[in-house]
Amino acid sequence: MKNVIEQLINGLSTGSIYALIALGYTMVYGIARMINFAHGDIIMVGAYALYVGVSLMNLPIAAAILLSIIVCAVLGITVEKVAYKPLRKAPPLAVLITAIGVSFLLQNLALLIFKATPIPFQSVIQVPSVSIGGITISGVTIVTLVMTLISMVILTLFINQTRAGSAMRAVSEDKGAAELMGINVNRTISQTFAIGSVLAAIAGILYICQYQSLRPTLGALPGIKAFVAAVLGGIGNVPGAMLGGIVLGLIESIAKAYISTELSDAIVFGVLVVVLLVRPSGLLGKLKNEKV
Amino acid sequence: MKVDKKIIVRVLAIVLSYALITFLLRMGLLNRQYTALLIPIGVNIMLAVSLNLVTGFLGELSLGHAGFMSIGAYAGALFSLHVEMPALPSILLAMVIGGVTAAVFGFLIGVPVLRLRGDYLAIVTLAFGEIIKSVLNALSFTNGARGLSKIPLNANYEHYTIVFIAVVITVLVIANVVDSRHGRAVCSVRDNYIAAESVGIHVSRFKILAFVIGAFFAGVAGAIYAHNVGIIKPTTFDYNQSIEILVIVVLGGMGSIKGSIIAAIILTALPEVLRGADDMRMLLYSIALIAMILINQSGFKEKLLERFHSGKKQKAGE
Repeated sequence: MKNVIEQLINGLSTGSIYALIALGYTMVYGIARMINFAHGDIIMVGAYALYVGVSLMNLPIAAAILLSIIVCAVLGITVEKVAYKPLRKAPPLAVLITAIGVSFLLQNLALLIFKATPIPFQSVIQVPSVSIGGITISGVTIVTLVMTLISMVILTLFINQTRAGSAMRAVSEDKGAAELMGINVNRTISQTFAIGSVLAAIAGILYICQYQSLRPTLGALPGIKAFVAAVLGGIGNVPGAMLGGIVLGLIESIAKAYISTELSDAIVFGVLVVVLLVRPSGLLGKLKNEKV
Repeated sequence: MKVDKKIIVRVLAIVLSYALITFLLRMGLLNRQYTALLIPIGVNIMLAVSLNLVTGFLGELSLGHAGFMSIGAYAGALFSLHVEMPALPSILLAMVIGGVTAAVFGFLIGVPVLRLRGDYLAIVTLAFGEIIKSVLNALSFTNGARGLSKIPLNANYEHYTIVFIAVVITVLVIANVVDSRHGRAVCSVRDNYIAAESVGIHVSRFKILAFVIGAFFAGVAGAIYAHNVGIIKPTTFDYNQSIEILVIVVLGGMGSIKGSIIAAIILTALPEVLRGADDMRMLLYSIALIAMILINQSGFKEKLLERFHSGKKQKAGE
């Protein structure tokens, strides 16, 4: 029983990282109707930025975290402006291929700068682990859960309470109508990319504190899994992404512990396939019929 | 009887390229590095042309092409490892087995998956590529992460004729499929699936048709690859491999078989020529991919052409 609870807490912690990344996918999809394939690699950039800040520039931890967040936000906006904006009217296939290109570009730039050998990285989170009723929860896990919770609350408030947030909701509902109402669509899209990237940076920092090793491809797998989470929750749906991330984290952790470590990835992707076939709109999404 | 000009050109191209390869090999004009490139070029042509059928003609992005290649490679290699036979029938059977196994998987995966479109389909094919990889990693008869080794080298450059024939068959079959009634149906699904459906084209049937043919030839290419290199591991056929094929297709031009062939030859030979820049290779690929799409799709090309034409007109007006 103790073991089960520990696995569930592990799953919750991985799941909350997935949820943070999934939010980026889902927000960008909601507004720009595209899958930002490079999103996973923003996590990687965030992790490397933290490493550069802490280990190479000897910044204090708070400043390094800020640096990582700013780098990611700027990168997110730049990628959107350079690679996606000119393709607003292009067929989806073209946008998708460009996004894959950007993802590859970021990975290979990191490979060129930091080389393929994994860099060990000491966790910047120095919180002692807590033991409740014989169950030990590591400090990193606690910080991950708390940070995720805070981010989600802030994001929900932002989307529902601020002017910029309602502009975002308006653009995702009907771009043309939003523009007629005087909303600056381009700026709103940039903001969405920036917010998604900030969340990815936070996810990257938490991820790297858990796994403590930097590779140029570290963002690829969590990126894809977070996408699965976004689809599971219903892409374009913010609460759905949170729910999907956590459900997926739990599934993965249980599959790893009780079925097979090697097959856990296959099981996670199997979930995606089943969801898309049974309920393509996800757990919380609404099904839209396509009109001619 | 009137002979189609197209056919003459095709036959000539096939005969000439075969003669050229034979000439170069017999005269010893190719050093070992370049000889070693012959089969990979053939394999990449097959992969690119078959992916082009799915991506260029059907209009659906498949990111799991390396997965089908791996199925073909493993099926073919397992056959040659376990069945003793003379080299020629053995490799032929291995290719057929590789192709058919991949096609069966293509069908099994395709039937449920092809109900999806666009982004979702791309991600699901990616997911299947990863699932195939991790299953190959976990199974015992595929020898897990260590993979299969000592596969008889029945498709290395000494057997280039077989590979050449396989490439020609691939290209001809796919070119003919595209030119046929079925091919036009496939293209109509790409251009407007709702319109296609409303004139009575069975959209999912043609999607599966294209997908299965693509998977079949990817499987054959995988079998050739296995019998050229001799060692295969699950990690050989990862996401990067799928992307490399996609780069060939996009650079060659989506929906252009000729383009895929030329791009496959150039992109396979280029790393060998630019040995020093090996670290930069994938970086250059990704930049080329982005640049190609941006130039073709963002209206940049039209603007450039317009400026060029209006400049001409002004000169003519003077």
